[in-house]
Amino acid sequence: MLLSCQNVRKTFGTNLVLDDLSLEVDEHEVVALIGASGSGKSTLLRCVNLLTGIDDGVIRLDGEDITDPRADPDLVRRRIGMVFQSYNLFPHMTVLRNVTLAPDKVHKRAAAESRDQAMEWLSRVGLADKADSYPDRLSGGQQQRVAIVRALVNNPRLLLLDEVTSALDPELVGEVLTMIRGLKDDGTTMVLATHEMGFARQVADRVVFLDGGRIIEAGPPSQVLGDPVEPRTRQFLARIIEAGRL
Amino acid sequence: MSTPYQPRPYEPSDIQRERIAYRRRQTIRSVLLSALSTLVVGIALAYAVTGSPGWERVKSSFFDPEIARKYLPDILQGLWLNIRLLVVCTLAALLLGLLIAVLRTLRGAVFFPVRALATGYTYAFRGLPLIIVLYVFTFGVPGLRLQGMPSVLVLGGAALVIVYGAYLAEVFRAGIESVHPSQLAAARSLGLTYRQTMRHVVLPQAVRRVTPPLLNDVVALQKDVGLVSLAGPIDAVRAAQIATAQDANFTPYIVAGVLFVLLALPLIGITDWVTLRAARRQSAGS
Repeated sequence: MLLSCQNVRKTFGTNLVLDDLSLEVDEHEVVALIGASGSGKSTLLRCVNLLTGIDDGVIRLDGEDITDPRADPDLVRRRIGMVFQSYNLFPHMTVLRNVTLAPDKVHKRAAAESRDQAMEWLSRVGLADKADSYPDRLSGGQQQRVAIVRALVNNPRLLLLDEVTSALDPELVGEVLTMIRGLKDDGTTMVLATHEMGFARQVADRVVFLDGGRIIEAGPPSQVLGDPVEPRTRQFLARIIEAGRL
Repeated sequence: MSTPYQPRPYEPSDIQRERIAYRRRQTIRSVLLSALSTLVVGIALAYAVTGSPGWERVKSSFFDPEIARKYLPDILQGLWLNIRLLVVCTLAALLLGLLIAVLRTLRGAVFFPVRALATGYTYAFRGLPLIIVLYVFTFGVPGLRLQGMPSVLVLGGAALVIVYGAYLAEVFRAGIESVHPSQLAAARSLGLTYRQTMRHVVLPQAVRRVTPPLLNDVVALQKDVGLVSLAGPIDAVRAAQIATAQDANFTPYIVAGVLFVLLALPLIGITDWVTLRAARRQSAGS
């Protein structure tokens, strides 16, 4: 088992965001977190990446307790890649520099090596010609693909994707989803929070429905999305269908 | 991917041609109008000043070319002191300000004293009048009679650096805080340490954003470096003051003033250019 969250509790003030939540992710598995805004999807991802601390419970990565206060968060984050809803590319750096920064500074790879690797990835996703451009010259879809490449060049054990298509224009969503589908074929272990139910159905091995910081229902996509057992899951999916998103 | 697109040859329509012609006429009209109004205001001002009853006296005591030529070397020598002091103090104050700003961002119990000291420093020295700090440094500190006491000039420079460092620290801090937290999250999620995040992600963006206000403070410092003359060293204004006392003629002040403006022009030009570039970049990108 690659990732294991046990009885995780997280509060922001009096607001209980994750309530005794337990989730396990195997190597090469793709887990899609679905649920309304505020259900705790993004918070769970941020907790796994130690961008925010938890108030109770244990999170293990490859069996190691990463929520132990004695663990070095910087060392943990090196093993986890994260992609954000709003891309968060560094605007003062070229695309290539965005991608090579961590290999150079964190993993101390040779400059030529990290450059070659970055270019290989950029070519693979059709962005080699943008290597010397600054992020503001790129479309949202291109920026998000660069952000994914930026996370991948560090060979993370686990990739966290936080609503990576939510900020994109509809016609740009496809190119990012295609890229993620390719990552699944490579065997990348992913946990993704998403509003794209159709995509969750295609790419996820398991869909997890969160509500109020708890897992309400989890299982294969065909079951959770097609034949949900829990009334709250049904309610949520009904609203999604009403909005024309499924 | 897309099929080659052949633009059709473009000819402006009649209505567009008429608009262009109209705009051209408007432009010519406004240029002529502004030239005319400038001329009228200029003549009126010149008439009011030179036609005034006391103009002859003022002209001889403020704009005497003889006196200007006589004291120019002294004033230039003073100005050279201003320039040297300005360059050294600017660099030192920028470094100090950046250091203090970064120290103020440190989190964690270990850094409490550093943070408290840095915060106290910016509060105290932004409130203290520069002249008081100058007097304390140039007259008070030598009074300690310590071994190896630096010259009054160095002490005066130190006072300037400490006061301006406090202002610049606040400018840098504003810049650091203007960098969106999502940038920090992105950097940390890549495994960069806090230091590396500051060095490679936060500070480059922060400094770029606050360059215009920083340069503005440098222009202000340019005028304030002359205050070290209160402690003895002769700068351009002090040289002009001495010259004025010798011939009972105020022309040296005018000379010094013109030199200061000339000195400030390139810096002000750079400030405007940087501000403009930043504004243009912001409106271009999202």
